[in-house]
Amino acid sequence: MIEITDGGISTTVQDLGRFGQYHIGMPPSGAMDQFSHEVANALVGNDPDAATLEMTYAGANVRFEEDAVVALAGAKMPARIDGEAVPMHEAVRVEAGQELEMEFATEGARTYLAVTGGIDVPEVMESRSTYTLVGIGGHEGRTLEEGDELAVADNGTDLEAVVGNSAPEEHLRDFTTDSVRVVVGLCDYRLTDESRERLCDVEWTVTPEADRVGYRLEGPELEFVEREQPFGAGTDPSNVVDVGYPIGSIQLPQKPIVLMRDAVTGGGYATVGTVISADRDLLAQRRTHESVTFDAVTVDEALEVRQAIEDDLEAIRDGLEQ
Amino acid sequence: MTGERIERTDLPEPRYEFGGDDHVFVELDEAMSFDANFQAMAITQQIRDRDLEGVTEICPANASYMVRFDPDVIHPETMVDELKEIAAETDISEYSWETRIVEVPVLFDDPWTHETLMNFRDRHQDPDATDLEYSARINGFDSVEAFLDAFVGAPHMVTMVGFVPGLPWCFQMVPKSEQMEVPKYVQPRTDTPSRAVGFGGAFSVVYPVQGAGGYQLYGRTPIEVLDIDQELPAFEDSMVFPNPGDILTYRRIDREEYDAIREEVEAGTYEYTIEDVEFTPEEFFEAPHEYNERLMGVLAG
Repeated sequence: MIEITDGGISTTVQDLGRFGQYHIGMPPSGAMDQFSHEVANALVGNDPDAATLEMTYAGANVRFEEDAVVALAGAKMPARIDGEAVPMHEAVRVEAGQELEMEFATEGARTYLAVTGGIDVPEVMESRSTYTLVGIGGHEGRTLEEGDELAVADNGTDLEAVVGNSAPEEHLRDFTTDSVRVVVGLCDYRLTDESRERLCDVEWTVTPEADRVGYRLEGPELEFVEREQPFGAGTDPSNVVDVGYPIGSIQLPQKPIVLMRDAVTGGGYATVGTVISADRDLLAQRRTHESVTFDAVTVDEALEVRQAIEDDLEAIRDGLEQ
Repeated sequence: MTGERIERTDLPEPRYEFGGDDHVFVELDEAMSFDANFQAMAITQQIRDRDLEGVTEICPANASYMVRFDPDVIHPETMVDELKEIAAETDISEYSWETRIVEVPVLFDDPWTHETLMNFRDRHQDPDATDLEYSARINGFDSVEAFLDAFVGAPHMVTMVGFVPGLPWCFQMVPKSEQMEVPKYVQPRTDTPSRAVGFGGAFSVVYPVQGAGGYQLYGRTPIEVLDIDQELPAFEDSMVFPNPGDILTYRRIDREEYDAIREEVEAGTYEYTIEDVEFTPEEFFEAPHEYNERLMGVLAG
């Protein structure tokens, strides 16, 4: 059992996500930065889909009521156990009664805390991920608060064996880059040629309205091709007959919104491109007021990036004790 | 108007588009029509039946559809080829499906949505009118009453579910000349009461939970479209009530009935009025008004 003694700004239980329900409007949820979630799990000897705590900007404080091995991955967030600094990307021992205290992230936005065995909350539609909008999954469907108690599962891992596991720097991702690769398309024909080029030419800024549902970005006006609107679309040039929105898609109700893992699953704004699967993790680590640029790539280039990331994960796993 | 057919729509060549490396989006038409929607439903049903390895989400939408897949299992180009092959083998003229006709009681011009819409007049096209007055006027009706008569006068088919869990987009089952259309708010609202009944583009919706929204607000239903605890009998199989292809009929109720139904819903005892029907597009297209009367007759028992 672990007890939350301070919930931080927004801490939720997440795993790889909830699939097969998008058609009823249920987004996947799951870790915003899947790579870091997987690294944290690997370090403590968990399967990739074990539930971790996702901490946003300011970490939580957690008291352990049993001996455990934990690892932090993702945004750089200073952490201490009984006053002693805890390294990132390394599996460390925590004794029963000790408390892990986290501070504000100094780089990146989201840090994952994995505990050997994984956070044991009930599954909803085969996932432990929290989806706060309708209040399902995780711990009571909400962000964690002081006093919440969470069970830790036992997956049979030998705690002593995994202590000291670490992930080499060269296989970790660089959150300081502002470049996010996108496949342009979907309804991009709605944009003028000039605006289509601008989308990937200019610097966007992450606004304070950037959360698990979507990242609203600030930048220059983009223009739509004037047309007589098709029946059922609505009158604004940015409107289309309501479509399904891919995770990572960039929709344009005037200013861009990139949909993240708690996305609204469909709607009537023109979507003009999609952040590639591997780089949704990078965008999830961009902070309010930081810049973002879209780098147009082909589907095959996107697949190469995806493969490179999987190779890095594999290399990290190969170097670990299980 | 009786006797008017629904003209068939010739769909253009579908557009296959990549959503990153793990989604394919297929636009069947830029405009809404029953043909485009039934095509989306028929194709996605076929995709589901094929049970393709690597496919994780199959999402029919109003005039398009989308699939999500694991690109480590199936290459995006292969996915497109599969979809094209399935589309070539799908013919909606031979199609009919088992569906449900469901009664949705609505208190129109209710106090809750009225308060909300008054709070957001600065985001509306016509700040001096209510959403109902505005919608009635731009659709050429003399009064709100006449507009509502048309709104409840023919059933609405669920053509897409999404935005948030359980929100149905519904397209009224009448010939195009009778279909109403309204713009969405100039700027979306930050608040909408749960169970609000709205209308935007050519679609009526029921908002499952309180939150943002941009559709014109007309009323509120006492019944739920989302029940995460699955306490109501209608939610035994799923926490979401509406399915694509369901047929909703809105019924006007007064405050007294609204409160009575609400009490039963909150107690977890309310029984939805539902009948199973076989829907045959060809028959519906041929004589929609007669077809709808038969459908609503089923519900009346």
